[in-house]
Amino acid sequence: MSQNGQYPLPLIMMRELADNVATPLFLVDRDGVLVYYNEAAEVVLGLRWVEAGSLTAEEWSARWAAEDVDGNPLPADARPIAVAMKEHRPSHRAMILFGADGARRTIEVTAFPLLARADEVVGAVAIFWDSAGGT
Amino acid sequence: MRARIWGCRGSLASPGPDTVRAGGNTSCVELRTETGDLIILDAGTGLRALGLHLADEAPRTVHLLLSHLHLDHLEGLGFFGPLFDPKVEFHFWGPPSPVTSLKDRIARYLSPPLFPVNISDVPSNPIFHDVPTEEFQIGSARILGAPVSHSGPTVGYRISENGRTLAYLPDHEPVRGGDLREMSPGWISGYAIARDADVLMHDSQYTEAEYPSRVGWGHSSIAHVVTYAQITGVKSLLLFHHDPLHDDDALDRKLVRAIELWGDGDGSPALAVEGMQLELN
Repeated sequence: MSQNGQYPLPLIMMRELADNVATPLFLVDRDGVLVYYNEAAEVVLGLRWVEAGSLTAEEWSARWAAEDVDGNPLPADARPIAVAMKEHRPSHRAMILFGADGARRTIEVTAFPLLARADEVVGAVAIFWDSAGGT
Repeated sequence: MRARIWGCRGSLASPGPDTVRAGGNTSCVELRTETGDLIILDAGTGLRALGLHLADEAPRTVHLLLSHLHLDHLEGLGFFGPLFDPKVEFHFWGPPSPVTSLKDRIARYLSPPLFPVNISDVPSNPIFHDVPTEEFQIGSARILGAPVSHSGPTVGYRISENGRTLAYLPDHEPVRGGDLREMSPGWISGYAIARDADVLMHDSQYTEAEYPSRVGWGHSSIAHVVTYAQITGVKSLLLFHHDPLHDDDALDRKLVRAIELWGDGDGSPALAVEGMQLELN
């Protein structure tokens, strides 16, 4: 959560956007805690949001294991959303994601930080692209 | 803390025989703290009459809190006497922008050709503050300003003094096309501003019939504002920012609908009208 029992407005607006697009969106707060993903992302992650719920960065990295395209384990801090948070810049890479449904999916991930002010990162959003085509 | 409404019309001033009861001036609310500080919420056309009212008092310090910089919240500024008094310490507070300073954004209006005087040349030599992320203090009042959902950078204000709180959200669309009741409070825009306030002045621009064709315009329907007030647990709701196309009779009908939606809970909504005074003691 955040100050005063309310999420920062950029997170609120991004969640509202996520609810109204068919693009898979995955949203974390300033601490890297997973706070939401939309229906389209549920398909990629193999798990409904209501079943996953809020997870710390450590928890969601473990829940959805990832490898690079050569099959090497992808550490949590090398994932685009972690890079976006840490370096305050967009990040993109292809990866293999192991869904909670047991499926192995080759996807591309684009992540970017959400800045409420020029020096204040309040979270980040990741977009999943199905490398086989479409989202 | 005392409050007096000098303008509660939305979007465009709309004086005339059909709006005399609610008034036609755009957003402006005067607040007086117990320590006598003068805080003004927004600089709509109501600010002109407030300036005339203040002429004898000649305040030495003015804090103008702008919710955002749409013209209906700014256009009274050039006609507000204290801004042109060199003895006045004039503080502007407003939403931050990642691109342009508050002064430069205000100057887009307060400069030629839209206005004959440039903001840099006004005698009070004003001081500009981006609303901070943390609470700040003006006299005996604690103030929280936080971004809320509207069109462009916009903040709502929560002003508290001696355990009483006024929340001011004149332009606000808390959800765009969804159902507020299905959302947890932490995901609702402005929740931290309005929560448990004694008085909430809130955007009530549209009827439920009008809203579907205006989704995303940054304003609330009557159903939105009533639901929002109940979710945030406010004690008293003032319907604010009246649509310029809604005459007094239309506002009365909106109030009837708001009371109907409110149900049997404590209190009931009321219409903000020019000249209304509130005591929060």
